[in-house]
Amino acid sequence: MLAVVWGVMTLAFILAFIVPGDPARMVAGTNASPEAVASIRHQLGIDQSLVSQYLHFIGRLLRGDLGISFALQNQTVGSVIWRALPFTALLAVAGVLWEIILGIPFGIISAYRPKSFFDRLSTFSALFGLSTPPFWLGLMLLYFLAFKLSVFPLNGVGSPLIWYLILPSFTLGVGGAAFYSRIVRTTVINVLQSPFIEFAQLKGMPPGLILRRHVIRHALMPIVTMIGMDLGYFLGGVLIVESIFGIPGIGQLAFRSISTLDVPMITGTVLVASVFMVIMNFIVDILYTFIDPRVRLQRNN
Amino acid sequence: MNDHFEEIETSLDSPSFRTRAWKSLKADKVAFTSVVVVLLLIIIAICAPWFAPKQPLYQYPDGLSDIGAPQGPGRNFLLGADQNGRDVLSRLIFGARVSLTVGVVATALASIIGVTIGAISGYMGGWVESILMRLTDIVLSFPILLFCIALIAVTGPSTKNVVLVIAFAYWTYLARIIRSQVLSLKEREFIIAARSLGLTTPQIIRRHIIPHLIPTIIVYSTLGVATSILIEASLSFLGIGVPLPQPSWGEMISEGQKYFQSAPWLLIAPGVTIIFAVLAFNLMGDWLTDLFDASSTGVKR
Repeated sequence: MLAVVWGVMTLAFILAFIVPGDPARMVAGTNASPEAVASIRHQLGIDQSLVSQYLHFIGRLLRGDLGISFALQNQTVGSVIWRALPFTALLAVAGVLWEIILGIPFGIISAYRPKSFFDRLSTFSALFGLSTPPFWLGLMLLYFLAFKLSVFPLNGVGSPLIWYLILPSFTLGVGGAAFYSRIVRTTVINVLQSPFIEFAQLKGMPPGLILRRHVIRHALMPIVTMIGMDLGYFLGGVLIVESIFGIPGIGQLAFRSISTLDVPMITGTVLVASVFMVIMNFIVDILYTFIDPRVRLQRNN
Repeated sequence: MNDHFEEIETSLDSPSFRTRAWKSLKADKVAFTSVVVVLLLIIIAICAPWFAPKQPLYQYPDGLSDIGAPQGPGRNFLLGADQNGRDVLSRLIFGARVSLTVGVVATALASIIGVTIGAISGYMGGWVESILMRLTDIVLSFPILLFCIALIAVTGPSTKNVVLVIAFAYWTYLARIIRSQVLSLKEREFIIAARSLGLTTPQIIRRHIIPHLIPTIIVYSTLGVATSILIEASLSFLGIGVPLPQPSWGEMISEGQKYFQSAPWLLIAPGVTIIFAVLAFNLMGDWLTDLFDASSTGVKR
């Protein structure tokens, strides 16, 4: 985990370093005098050697200082990201909720009745969900539900916030939901054929209880990893969905800072995104021990 | 000693395999359609100038109405014209070239990296494996696309960059799958036999491991092309994909987005094209999986 964090920080430094053009001039503006540019260079520390810049960079990050934005004068990258975080967090959680709400029940029902009409329908929709570019789906939802029918707001955020997040989070969650339903289907079909289910049936356990106690538990196991990964990934800000729907989250921030070449902001968003992913991976590992007793036993030995 | 090798070879090349593939294609309408669509796409991409009714880059004066709005689908422009009076259908046909080329080249690159790293770490084990797998983990738990988007944005978009980004994002999946396959392969009797007969490691890998991996590589390459088409579309949508004025499906959606309220065909046509192309590759991948699954169990028995 530490290796990953270090790798990410180094990559972020490389990213900041290969940017063409002079960041000092960007801060100073095109009309600044050479002396002013030179003094800003000194302030930014880019007149020092590469190694000392690198050490300085890492040291700063370890103190939690992400630097000052080039484009938004006098604002620290940390504060800007902090302000964008709530929108992204809500969007991410809502997106994962869609994945769970759609993916798991569809997968389980399909697995209980393989080859049925419902199974075919859900396999078919899952395939479409996996093959549709999210940005296109988002634009279509905007066109039909927001523009034509005016059921949902067209753009941006307002109150109640949830109302503005329904379409974006759905767009975010559809691909994952499709994926989950297929995985859950395969897992449950395997579980239903295994001896312990037969044993439970033979000893007279009601089907509802088998479903709750055995089937769902097994179906969740592969999903937990993916939910964690997705949540970490979404928290990093989903660029495309946020920019289509005009949600002022981390993704939009990243996209905007990329187009204005705001280097501290770019590295800041990349770093925050990767830290979220690392944290979620870690949490998933821990959660695993709760869900799967086999892992717990292995660890204890 | 060469039994398995020959069996695998014959299972891929012999008429029996071909007859079986043909039989399953005739029985499975969905698979048949997907293979036909994929072949059609390839032919259309190669012979784009013959299929396109108009010039993809030419701005036809009659493509715009008197007030300068793009013409809708009709006899002259089958799928309508875009905001510059260019023919949407011709642009879609030429866009197939870009999407397929990027998809195939990126997947090939990802397969080479993924199979090499996966096979080496699976076969060698030990510290080589730990280092390579840690590397894979780092790449996997890193917001690789966000990083690459930032990278392209600073270094400037080009087709080469798009291919590299996709390959860099996809090889990890292959590496993991190939590694686990090699791990189980190298415990099989015929590998042990080959080793005890004094074959060198490169010989074993070339003659006995790689042939067994070919089905997996084919399946994941097919799925990889589907993924690559989606990623390429997303990058082009963000304006950092294949550079203008080359028509690409994602870029068409990105441009059409501004006019979607008055000219929805600018969105619908490329979006539906992407969905069907990706769907075809995904379904073909599913069919190949089933086909090879049947053949590999046949070999084992």
